[in-house]
Amino acid sequence: MVPISYYIILSAVLFGLGVIGFVFKRNIITIFMSIELMLNAVNLAFVAFSREFNQLDGLVFVFFVIVVAAAEAAVGLAIIMVIARNRKSLNVEDVNLLKF
Amino acid sequence: MLNHLWILVALPLAGSMLTLLAGRHWPKKLVNLSSIGFPVLAFISYCELVREFFALPADKIPWIHSYFTWMTAGNFRVDFALQVDQLTIVMLGVVTFVGMLIHIYSAGYMAHEEGYYRFFAEMNLFMFFMTTLVMAANLVLLFVGWEGVGLCSYLLISFFFTKHSAANAGKKAFITTRIGDWGFTVGILMAFWHFKAIDYKTMFAAVTNVPAEGMHHWGVLTSICLLLLAGAVGKSAQLPLYVWLPDAMEGPTPVSALIHAATMVTAGVYMVARMNPLFSRAPAAMLAVAIIGAVTALFAATIGLAQSDIKKVLAYSTISQLGYMFLACGVGAFSAGIFHLMTHAFFKALLFLCAGSVIHAMGGVQDMFQMGGLRKKIPWTYATMLVATLAISGAPLFAGFFSKDQILFDAYAGTNANFLLYALGTAGALLTACYMFRLIFLTFHGKPRFDEHHVHVHESPKVMLAPLVILAILSVIGGWFALPTYWGGKDYFKGFLDPVFGASQELAMKLHPGYSEPPHSLEYQMAAIAVIVAFIGFLIALYLYIIRPSAAKKLANAFRPIYTLLWNKYWVDELYGAVIIGPLIWLSRNVLWKVIDVGLIDGTVNGTAFVSRGVGGGLRRIQGGNTRSYAAWVVIGAVAVTIFFVYMVR
Repeated sequence: MVPISYYIILSAVLFGLGVIGFVFKRNIITIFMSIELMLNAVNLAFVAFSREFNQLDGLVFVFFVIVVAAAEAAVGLAIIMVIARNRKSLNVEDVNLLKF
Repeated sequence: MLNHLWILVALPLAGSMLTLLAGRHWPKKLVNLSSIGFPVLAFISYCELVREFFALPADKIPWIHSYFTWMTAGNFRVDFALQVDQLTIVMLGVVTFVGMLIHIYSAGYMAHEEGYYRFFAEMNLFMFFMTTLVMAANLVLLFVGWEGVGLCSYLLISFFFTKHSAANAGKKAFITTRIGDWGFTVGILMAFWHFKAIDYKTMFAAVTNVPAEGMHHWGVLTSICLLLLAGAVGKSAQLPLYVWLPDAMEGPTPVSALIHAATMVTAGVYMVARMNPLFSRAPAAMLAVAIIGAVTALFAATIGLAQSDIKKVLAYSTISQLGYMFLACGVGAFSAGIFHLMTHAFFKALLFLCAGSVIHAMGGVQDMFQMGGLRKKIPWTYATMLVATLAISGAPLFAGFFSKDQILFDAYAGTNANFLLYALGTAGALLTACYMFRLIFLTFHGKPRFDEHHVHVHESPKVMLAPLVILAILSVIGGWFALPTYWGGKDYFKGFLDPVFGASQELAMKLHPGYSEPPHSLEYQMAAIAVIVAFIGFLIALYLYIIRPSAAKKLANAFRPIYTLLWNKYWVDELYGAVIIGPLIWLSRNVLWKVIDVGLIDGTVNGTAFVSRGVGGGLRRIQGGNTRSYAAWVVIGAVAVTIFFVYMVR
């Protein structure tokens, strides 16, 4: 039996990688994948705790997160498509209209 | 009906709202139907009310019906409650009946004016507030009606609001009465503080066994009464707050007749009479009422002698007659005061309506010195106005004779009699006859002083004459309700009002143990004196304006300073302007506006805006448009929240 701390550490490492990619990468697709990575890191923590404490709440939550992630992927990819068409680029630095 | 008293109040309100909201697009006939129909219905429901009232057993009077609780706060509780007793019946009769007649008259008088529907909507609204005032069963509801009639007065005085003087007159009336209302409001609060209730029944029951306060030992009752008196003085145009009433003549003449002669201005008298259980226990306040009344009666009459505007003469006459009513209340003769209120409503409304008819005939001229010789051309107006003049002057058997005689008699020989007050009142009576016949002679007698080729004098239409005739009949027989005992009749009026005023009169008897009923012979003498005095006034006017028209000018020249004083109305307006209004405007402009308003209020608002803009200008730099910096902020925020929850929250 693998102790729970392993799962949590793995989850934290994955989440940290996601954050780093989210902040430092310039390609929108990569940023998007980083977000997915963070979501799944959280899922991992949920599942681990759920198993540790023998409760279903965490599992239910994971399903919700997966559903939301799917929806988000659909919307997000659509937005990325539009940006790519309009800007002829996937660099996030070029998308800078949202300011004062 | 008694349980549905609200119907009487609601009818004029319905008329007002209907006319106001829909009347603009209606043809004139429909406006007439709605705006005259509702006051007529109100009068009919009043008749039904009277019928049922007389069927009530004595222990059910006063009839009080509470419809709902209007407001409660702690033990302060005000009901929307209406009350009917003998005093209400009398007042309500005057209001609904005279009001109805004046509405009918207005249909003819206002026929060619702009804003026809607006006029009637406001008149109906006035009827609503006036009936509320009269039927209220507590002081707060009375105050609602009180302020409401003030509002309608303001609206109707400045009815021709494009005219600068009319707009100013409206403001003057509103603000001047507001000064009195300040005292009235404080009086109501003080009454609540003392009685822990604000409805008449509880208040009057609470004072039943309270002994009267002394003339020199002012207690809470005297204070309350003096404060209430301040309100009455403002509303009823007594010294020193009478200045608004002459200016109020800027309004259309039916308004002057209804509001500024017959009903609203008498509200102060009604209120004092209504509060008689309190006033009769406050001799100092009673004396104040009597002095204000007597002095005003004479003071206003002297000004009336020298005015040239026909409506201004009547305005000062109204102030003077209201002074008589206050005098009556002040000497404890409440029923005489209310009786004079009623007869005055008849003949003064008639005088104003006749004046309106004259102005109508002259095509808008109000200066009496540009009239003359109208007697033959407008005979109906002349006849009815002569009747009203005889009534107000106190010619025997006319309405005013009985009521004024009663007041003067009570001032001379009543329980709180005072010879000085009587003398003032009698002098006022002499001047009353004098200035009223001066008005008649200048207007209707002598040679025409206008260009007969340009002014086509014509008698008014029937719709205006009918109310004149009805009021003229009442000006004659109106006094017969209260034939004094020595005339062989029973004093029905006094007997009728006895349940309301009787206790106060008994109390007055107790306060003056040596008092005994004066003999009948004295009453004859007093009546004779009153008639002789009025006749002298008539002779003076006759001599100056008919027999020797040049004598009036000579007299004016001989007493130039006095004439100038009267012509300028004692410069009271100028005095108020210099002493109160001038400094107030200076204070408002230089302190309240330029310091408080600009510096403090605008400064606060502008300062808030300035600070917000500065902070915003700094903060907006965070929004650089760089998506990754936003992302970094999100991460920093998330880390901060995590640290907070991990380390700070235990």
